[in-house]
Amino acid sequence: MALRLVWIVMVFLLGLGALAQGSRLDVVKERGRLICGVNAKLPGFGFLDEKTGKYAGFDIDFCKAVAAALFNDPNKVEYVPLDARVRFQAVQNGEVDVAFRNTTVTSSRDGAAGVDFLPVTFYDGQGVMVKKGRAKTLRELEGATFCTTQGTTNEKNISDYIRARRWANTRVLTFEDGQKVMNAFLEGRCDAFTADKSQLIGYKGTTSNPEALEVLRETISKEPLAGMVRENDSRWRDALAWIIYATIQAEEYGITSKNLSQFLKSDSPEIRRFLGLEGTLGKDLGLPQDFAQRILGAVGNYGEIYDRYFGPKSSFAIPRFGTLNALQRQGGLMYSPPFR
Amino acid sequence: MRFAPRPAEILLQALVLGAVVGVLLFFLHTARERMAAQGIPFSFAFLAQEAGFSLSEGLTYAPGEGLRPYTPSDTYWQAFLAGFLNTLRVAVAGLVLATLLGFAIGAARLSRNPLARGLGFLYVELVRNTPLLLQLFVWYFAVLLKLPPVEGALRFLGIWLSQRGLFLPWIEATPKAYGFLLLLLGTALAVWGLRRYLWAKVLLPLVLLAGLLFLWPPFNFLLPERTAFGVRGGLEVSPEFTALLFGLTVYTAAFIAEVVRGALLSIPRGQWEAARALGLDERTVLRVVILPQAVRIALPPLINQYLNLTKNSSLAVAVAYPDLFSVYNTIANQSGRALEGVLIVMAVYLSISLGISALVNAYNRRVILRWGV
Repeated sequence: MALRLVWIVMVFLLGLGALAQGSRLDVVKERGRLICGVNAKLPGFGFLDEKTGKYAGFDIDFCKAVAAALFNDPNKVEYVPLDARVRFQAVQNGEVDVAFRNTTVTSSRDGAAGVDFLPVTFYDGQGVMVKKGRAKTLRELEGATFCTTQGTTNEKNISDYIRARRWANTRVLTFEDGQKVMNAFLEGRCDAFTADKSQLIGYKGTTSNPEALEVLRETISKEPLAGMVRENDSRWRDALAWIIYATIQAEEYGITSKNLSQFLKSDSPEIRRFLGLEGTLGKDLGLPQDFAQRILGAVGNYGEIYDRYFGPKSSFAIPRFGTLNALQRQGGLMYSPPFR
Repeated sequence: MRFAPRPAEILLQALVLGAVVGVLLFFLHTARERMAAQGIPFSFAFLAQEAGFSLSEGLTYAPGEGLRPYTPSDTYWQAFLAGFLNTLRVAVAGLVLATLLGFAIGAARLSRNPLARGLGFLYVELVRNTPLLLQLFVWYFAVLLKLPPVEGALRFLGIWLSQRGLFLPWIEATPKAYGFLLLLLGTALAVWGLRRYLWAKVLLPLVLLAGLLFLWPPFNFLLPERTAFGVRGGLEVSPEFTALLFGLTVYTAAFIAEVVRGALLSIPRGQWEAARALGLDERTVLRVVILPQAVRIALPPLINQYLNLTKNSSLAVAVAYPDLFSVYNTIANQSGRALEGVLIVMAVYLSISLGISALVNAYNRRVILRWGV
């Protein structure tokens, strides 16, 4: 009798597992809010502001863009802070719908970690920060102790770098999160803090005396950062990919949150299609017809998002012009496939 | 006296066991199914791949080379092994120190001296009522990293102490070390065996001297030296290891002290009085009457504390010490093999814990045999 009961429960549970096969897009729409995995401790990208109790940052704005596109409300997001080590599991398990968490696209992550990547939102590169005067170039750091964050590509890049040069006596200490690395670095436990350059600039900006620190010029790796979703859910991935492309496309067209109303009067069929005034582009992606308008209204185009956190007026100021993050026509890599 | 279980009871127990096993198998099965559906095969083959990441410290085994420091060109299993040995190192050192400190504090709490009693009380209440993680941060960030920087390192007798760690002069065996030890051993045996012969007293020192000349130097002295960025050489005790060791020791000692106190208090007063009535002095009373009984009472709860210490060492990553769990975290991220990795980690902790239990239980049995029940 009891055994039969066990079997019934098992079959029921198996059935439940089989049910959860539809696209995440439908699940999110049904739920009415987006569960977005983010970084809570990285100024500039994803940061929980202790004063306001709100998340803010470059990655956070992409969560908002998705919520705006789906629900016409950038606040319909539930943020889940993920540390570097658990982010892939959280996406694999479906604990979060999508993670925008300064994550580098790599072949092994795409292949072995069970995630699919979205279009790159930020081209970064790993750099090294030292206390001013300690070293002028990376080459002088043979024999130094490097501190870095666990579960990052940085951890392996720095090992590769040291190995390739056969440096003797060079150490790598790994901490749980960037804030602890920063503490140990400032205390003097390590000679250098290595991470993506944008992060180093972010952390540097949080200290009381940023002038005492220096991010070395060299870049030792490619770190294209992108959002990620669970593997093999094309509909959900497509919808998100085109939400990101929409922010870039808008910048290419010159549409911003401020001049959107003028563009709504545009005669250009291209722009009318993009803004959902004509055609079925949005619907075909499983999104509302006017999703691009909604995104622009909520967070603006890619350039506006960038400037909000890394522009000259922000506290981090990472120059964009001439870098990979500039639009393609300005010598960068930011480029949207056509909306048609 | 035992009652034979009735058939109904056997059936019920079998059903419960079956259900538990069934649920476990079900979980394993679904995990594998879901992973397979996402194109992630369940396999331990990744263990033979190159790890590629660094560890700040740790030995590993390499075929043909024996135990040697881990390097990034080692494989994942060698990285796991390095993490395991790091865990073992801090756990064993912690067990010994926590036991000593715990017994001292436990005894202090029962002392007739009110100051010792008060301090013991304060220690136990302060330490066991704050989270271990917090204490680790305090040890690491507020104590050890506040030591002088390398430039102003404290130096005495070739020892360097700074926020980069403690560096001690050390010796390293040369290939002649085995011969040297054999020579010493052989001479010692010969001296004992031939002690009656006068000629041996003349000949043996000569043999020893000749051997020493031939086998010198058996050891190289390793002295810590200042490098451009820190100190290298000699025996290094990193601040990460020290912080974890201090944290685990101090925390666990508070619980051990309570176990010891409880065990001593549980011995009926009659035992003390009877022993004293026999004219034994206090020290003998304690050694012959009280402790043999108290140790037996203390052992089972002591095992719990030992297991807790070992498992708590998995907080190591908080202070950047590369223990087994920290290494697992890196491996899971680099390789994407989270499930396989966590199974390995669980198996290892289980083995360590069962090993400690077995050792202490064996000791317990010996104690019972020696002192009777």
